[in-house]
Amino acid sequence: MSIPLIHYLALSALLFVIGVAGVLTRRNAIVVFMCIELMLNAVNLSLVAFSASLGDITGQALVFFVMAVAAAEAAVGLGIVIALFRNKQTVNIDEINILKW
Amino acid sequence: MMSSLLVALVVALPLLGFLINGLAGKWLKRERLIGTLGSGAVGGSFVISLLIFLDLLQRPPESRTIVVTLYEWIASGSFTAPVAYQIDQLSTVMMLVVTGVGFLIHVYAIGYMHGDHGYWRFFAYLNLFIFAMLNLVMADNFLLLFLGWEGVGLCSYLLIGFWYDRKFDKGTTGDAAKKAFVVNRIGDFGFLIGIFLIVATFGSVRFEEVFTQAAGLAVGTPVMLWITLALFVGATGKSAQIPLFVWLPDAMAGPTPVSALIHAATMVTAGVYMVARCSLLYALAPTALLVVAVIGAATAIFAATIGLVQNDIKKILAYSTISQLGYMFLALGVGAFTAGMFHVVTHAFFKALLFLGSGAVIHAMHEEQDIQKMGALKHHLPTTYRTFVVGALAIAGIPPLSGFFSKDEILWKAFSSGAWTLWLLALVGAGLTAFYMFRLVYLTFEGRPRWHGNVHPHEAPPVMTVPLILLAALAAIAGLLGIPPSLGGGNAFEHWLEPVFARAHRTLALAPHVAEPIEYLLMALSVAVALAGIWGARVLYVRRTELPERIRQRFAFAYRVLFNKYYVDEAYEAAVVSPVVRGSERLLWKKIDVGLIDRLVNGTASLFGAISRTIRVVQTGVAQTYLFVFLLGVVATLAWLLAG
Amino acid sequence: MNSEMDTAILSIILALPLAGALLVLLLPQGATRTIKLVGLAASLLSFIVSVRLFLLFDETLPGMQFVEKVTWIASLDISYHLGIDGIALLLVVLTTFLTPIALLASWDSIRSQLKGYVALMLLLEVGTLGVFVSLDMFLFYVFWEFMLIPMYFIIGIWGGGERIYAAVKFFLYTMAGSLLMLVAIIWLAYYASTQPGGNFTTNLLTLYAVAPSVPAQLQVWMFLAFTLSFAIKVPLFPLHTWLPDAHVQAPTAGSVILAGILLKMGTYGLVRFCLPLFPQATVTFLPYIALLAVVGIIYGALVSMVQPDLKKLVAYSSVSHLGFVVLGIFALNPEAMQGSVIQMVSHGLSTGALFLLVGMIYDRRHTRLIKDYGGLARTMPAFAAFFMIVALSSAGLPGLNGFVGEFLILLGSFNSTYLGTPAFAIAGALGVILAAVYLLWGYQRVFFGKVDHPENKALTDLTPREWAVLVPVVVFIVWIGVYPKTFLGKSELASRHVIQQFEQARRALPMVSSSPQSVSHPPAAR
Repeated sequence: MSIPLIHYLALSALLFVIGVAGVLTRRNAIVVFMCIELMLNAVNLSLVAFSASLGDITGQALVFFVMAVAAAEAAVGLGIVIALFRNKQTVNIDEINILKW
Repeated sequence: MMSSLLVALVVALPLLGFLINGLAGKWLKRERLIGTLGSGAVGGSFVISLLIFLDLLQRPPESRTIVVTLYEWIASGSFTAPVAYQIDQLSTVMMLVVTGVGFLIHVYAIGYMHGDHGYWRFFAYLNLFIFAMLNLVMADNFLLLFLGWEGVGLCSYLLIGFWYDRKFDKGTTGDAAKKAFVVNRIGDFGFLIGIFLIVATFGSVRFEEVFTQAAGLAVGTPVMLWITLALFVGATGKSAQIPLFVWLPDAMAGPTPVSALIHAATMVTAGVYMVARCSLLYALAPTALLVVAVIGAATAIFAATIGLVQNDIKKILAYSTISQLGYMFLALGVGAFTAGMFHVVTHAFFKALLFLGSGAVIHAMHEEQDIQKMGALKHHLPTTYRTFVVGALAIAGIPPLSGFFSKDEILWKAFSSGAWTLWLLALVGAGLTAFYMFRLVYLTFEGRPRWHGNVHPHEAPPVMTVPLILLAALAAIAGLLGIPPSLGGGNAFEHWLEPVFARAHRTLALAPHVAEPIEYLLMALSVAVALAGIWGARVLYVRRTELPERIRQRFAFAYRVLFNKYYVDEAYEAAVVSPVVRGSERLLWKKIDVGLIDRLVNGTASLFGAISRTIRVVQTGVAQTYLFVFLLGVVATLAWLLAG
Repeated sequence: MNSEMDTAILSIILALPLAGALLVLLLPQGATRTIKLVGLAASLLSFIVSVRLFLLFDETLPGMQFVEKVTWIASLDISYHLGIDGIALLLVVLTTFLTPIALLASWDSIRSQLKGYVALMLLLEVGTLGVFVSLDMFLFYVFWEFMLIPMYFIIGIWGGGERIYAAVKFFLYTMAGSLLMLVAIIWLAYYASTQPGGNFTTNLLTLYAVAPSVPAQLQVWMFLAFTLSFAIKVPLFPLHTWLPDAHVQAPTAGSVILAGILLKMGTYGLVRFCLPLFPQATVTFLPYIALLAVVGIIYGALVSMVQPDLKKLVAYSSVSHLGFVVLGIFALNPEAMQGSVIQMVSHGLSTGALFLLVGMIYDRRHTRLIKDYGGLARTMPAFAAFFMIVALSSAGLPGLNGFVGEFLILLGSFNSTYLGTPAFAIAGALGVILAAVYLLWGYQRVFFGKVDHPENKALTDLTPREWAVLVPVVVFIVWIGVYPKTFLGKSELASRHVIQQFEQARRALPMVSSSPQSVSHPPAAR
C-alpha cells in the first residue's frame, strides 16, 4: 500500500514552513543554520516524493546536488559564525547588526 | 549759414568742460584755471547760441526751424530715436537763458566756492548739468529730452549732496539729494508712461512727426488726455508742483550757485518748457489744460503762504520759486503759452539774481542763513542790497521791471479766458509774493543789526558782484521784450514764439490779444496789490516791529501749520515712505522671503531627510529582517505569477 | 587667422579656456604667479578670438552663423553641433569679457589652492560658452550641467562662512529643475521619431520644425519642464531664494560670473527653446509668467532696499533686473526682445561691476555690512566715483547701458499684443523708481556722511590693478548707453527671427485645445 503523494508534499511543506519560521525568529545563529538545513531537507523530501511518483530519476539526482550544496553551505556558514564569535563573543543574531547604514 | 557743427558744439563744449575738469581737475589745482575752464565752456556755448539766434532772426518766420541729426541712438524693431537737435524759436530762447544765466552763475561760483576742497568737482558737475539741460531743450524727440531730463536730475542729486558730510535740517545733505532724485523719479515714471503712449499712438518720438499727426486728431480724443496727464506728472516732479514739490525746499542743502542755477533758473523750468513744447497735445486735451491751470494756481498760492513765515533765506526763495512756477503753469493752462515762457525768462533773471544775492549775504554772514539773525546789511553790502531790491521789485511785479510784464500777462490771460477763480488766486498770490519778498528784504537789509560782534559782513568780490549787476540789469529791462499792445508795445517775445504755438492756438481758438479797458483796470489792480504787499511788509518789519510777534501769537495755530509747511512731508512719510520701508523689511523680506519661500525650499530638503529617516528603519542590520523581506518578495512574485 | 580657422572659431573659443585649465592643472601648486598668468592669458586669448568673431559676424543675415557639426552618437542623431546668432554672439562676448576681468579681480584675494581655483574658473567659462553656442539639445544639456560642478566648488571651497549650505542649495535647486528638462528633451527627441519620416534626434534646428506639431496637452508639460529649469536659473520669483545665498557666500569673482553670465543662461534658454519650440504653451502661460516677472521686479527692489548686507542688496537687485528681461521676452515683439537681449548684457556688466566693487571694499575691511561703512567718498574718492557710475547704470540712467534695455523692454511690453494690457509695463516702470531708491540709499549710507568708523579713515583708494579691472567695464557701460547700435545691430535680426519663428510656429498648428479664437485671429505682425 503506497502513501499518496499529497502526504509527502504536505509533510515537506510543513517542514519547510517550520524551517522558515525558525530562520526568521530564532536568535541563536547555530539554530538558524539548523533551520536552514531543515528547509533544505524538506525540499529533498518533496524532490524524492515527486521522483517516486513520476518515475523520473532526475529528482533523486537533484537531491544529491542539494545535499552537497547544503554541506558546503553549512561548512562555510559555521566558519563565518566562528569568526563572528571570535570578534563579538556572541552568536546572538540580534546583536550582529552592523550590515546597515 | 548754419552748420551742424555749431549746433553740436553748443552741446559739446560743456561736455568737454565736464570731462576735463572731472578727469584732470584734481591735478589742475589752480582755482582760476578750473573756474575759467568751466565758465569758458558755458560762455562759449552762449556765444554760439547767440550766433544761432541771430541767424534765425535773419530768416523769415516760416523757416526758423533747423533739425540737426547726429546719429541714430536707439533703434529696434519699428522703434527709432536719434540724437538729433531741433533749433527753433522756443529752443533758442531756452538755450540763451540756460547758457547766458548759466555763464553768469559759473563766474559767480568762481568766487563763491573759493577754498572748497571739491572745487574742481563742483565745476565738473555744473558743466555736466549745462550739457544735460541743453540736451533737454534742444532735443528734437521725447527720448533725448528724457535723457536731458534725467541728466539734470542726476546733476541736481550730485550738487545738492555736494557737501556730502554735512548735516541739513533733520537729516543730511545726502538725504536731501536722495529725496530730490527719488521724487523726480516718481515724476519720471509718469513721463515714461507718456512716452509709451505717444509711441503707441503716433509710432514715433520725434516732435515734428508726433505733432503733425496730432494736428489731425479731434479735440478731446481720450488718448490725448492720458498722454498729457502722464507727461504732466513728470512736469510736477521736475518743476516742483503739487503733489511732488517736496524736494525743492530740501534742495537748498546744496551750495547757493546750485540753488540759483538749477533750482531757480533752469532745471525747474524744464517742466514748463516740456508742456510748452507739447502745446498742441495739451490743446487737444482741454481737461488736461484745466488740470495744469488748477494745479499751477493752487501751487502758486499754496507755496506763497508757506513762504510768508519761513526764516531761512534760501527756503523763502525756494518756496517763492515753487510759487512762481505755479504761475507759469497757470499761464500754460489757460492757453497763454507765450506768457508762461516769458515768465520763465524773467523769472530766470530775477530769481537767479535773488539767490546769488542771498549767497553773497550768507557768505558775508559766515554761513548764517536765518534772517532773524540778520538786519541792517544794506550798509555793509551796498551792491548786493541794491541788486537784491531790484530783484525783489521785479518779482513783486512793479513796473517797469520785467516781472511786472510777465506776471501781468499771465493774470490778464487767466482773467480773459474766463478762469476768474484762478485769476483771483493768482492775484492774491501776487500780493503775498510782494509781502514775503519784502519781508525778506527788510529783515535782512534794513532795521537794526540782530547779529553779534564777531561777524564782520563785507561786500562780495567783483567776480560775484558783477554777475549780480548784470542780472539786475536784465531783470530790469527784460520787460521790453514783452510789452503788450495795450501799452503800445509790439510784444516782440510773443511774435517770436508765435509760430511754435500756432497749431495749438488754432486748436484752442483763442481770441488774439486785444487791448481792452478792463486790461488797464486789472493792471492797476495787480500793481496796487503788489504795492499793498510791500507796504504791509514795511509796516510789520520796519515801522512797527512788535506786530509780527503779536500776530504770531494771535494766530498761533495758523502760524504753526504754515511754518511746518502744512505737514506735507510728515504726511508723505507716514502714508508712503514708512509703510513701504517697514513693510518691505518686516513683511516682504523676513516673513515672505525668509519665512515662507525659503522655508519651503529648506522644508523640501528636510522632507527628504524625514522620508529617508523613515525608510531607513528597514535597514536593521539584522540578517533575519533582510531574509524576511526576501521572503515577502518571493511570495509576492509567486502570487503574481500564479494569478496572471 | 585665415578663413579655414574661422569656420571652427567657435570650437577655438571653447578650446582655449579648456586648454588653459589643463595647463594650469599640470603646473605645480607653488607657482602661483605662473598659474595666474596662464589663466589670465587663456581667458584673454579667448576674448580676443571672440572679438574677431564679433567683427566677422554678418549682421545682415538672420539664422545661425559659424555652424560646426560633427556626428557624435549616430544612432540617436546626437552631434557636436555649434552655431550662433546675434543673441548668442553678444552673450559669448560678454562671457569671454567678464572671465579675464573676474580672474584679474581675484588676483590677490585667493590664497589657498589657487591652481584648482583658476582651473575651475576656466572650466566654468567653457561650460557657459558651450551653453550659448550649442545647437544640439543633448550637447546643450551636457554643458548646462557641466557648469554646475565648477560653480559648486568655487562657492564651496573659496566662499564665505555659510558656503557649504549655499553651494549645496545652489547645486540641488538648479539640478532639480534641469532633470525635468532632460526628460522633456528626451521626450521631444522621441516625439520626433514618431513623426512620419522622422527619427530620434536632438538637433535643435530639426526640432524647430517638428516641435510645434506636438499636441497641445503634451506641449504644456514639455514647456513647463523647460521653463521650470530656466526659471530657477534666471531666477524668476518665487524660485529665487538660492540666489542671495549663493551670491553672498561666493568669492567676488564667483559672484561676478554668477550674476554676469550664469543667470543669463536661464533667459537665453527661454529665448532659444521655450518660445520657438512651444509657441502654444507660451501663449497659454504668458500672463502668469509676465505676472511673476513683474512681481519679481517690484519684490526684488523692495527687499533689496532693506538689506543690511551690501552684497545681498546687489543680489536681490539681480532678481529685480532679470524680472525686466523675462517681461521683455514674454512681451513677444522685436522691440522688447531686443531690450531683453541688451539688458542681459547690461546687467552682466553693471551688476558684475557692482560685485567687483563690493569685493574691493570687502578685501579691505572684511565686512559687507552697510553700517560698518559711511563717509567713504572722503577716503576713497575714485572708488566712490566708479561706484556712482555703476549704481546709476544699474538704476537705468539714460546715457548709460541700463536705460537702453529697460526702455525698450517697457516700451515693447506696453504695446504688446500678446500681453494685451499696458498694466505689466506700468507696474514694471515702478521698478524704475524703486531702483533709484535702493541704490541711492545704499550709496548714501556707504559713501556720504561723516567717516564714523576709525577703520574707514585709513582705507586706500583703488590700486592700478583695480583700475584695470573697472575701467574696461565702465567703458562698455558708457558705450552701450551712448551708442548701443554696435550691439543692438548684431542682434536685431536674430531677435526679429525669434519672434517670427514663434509666430510661424504658432500658426502652423492646425487645431488647438485652447480657445479657438487664438488660431483664427493671429496677431498682426509689428
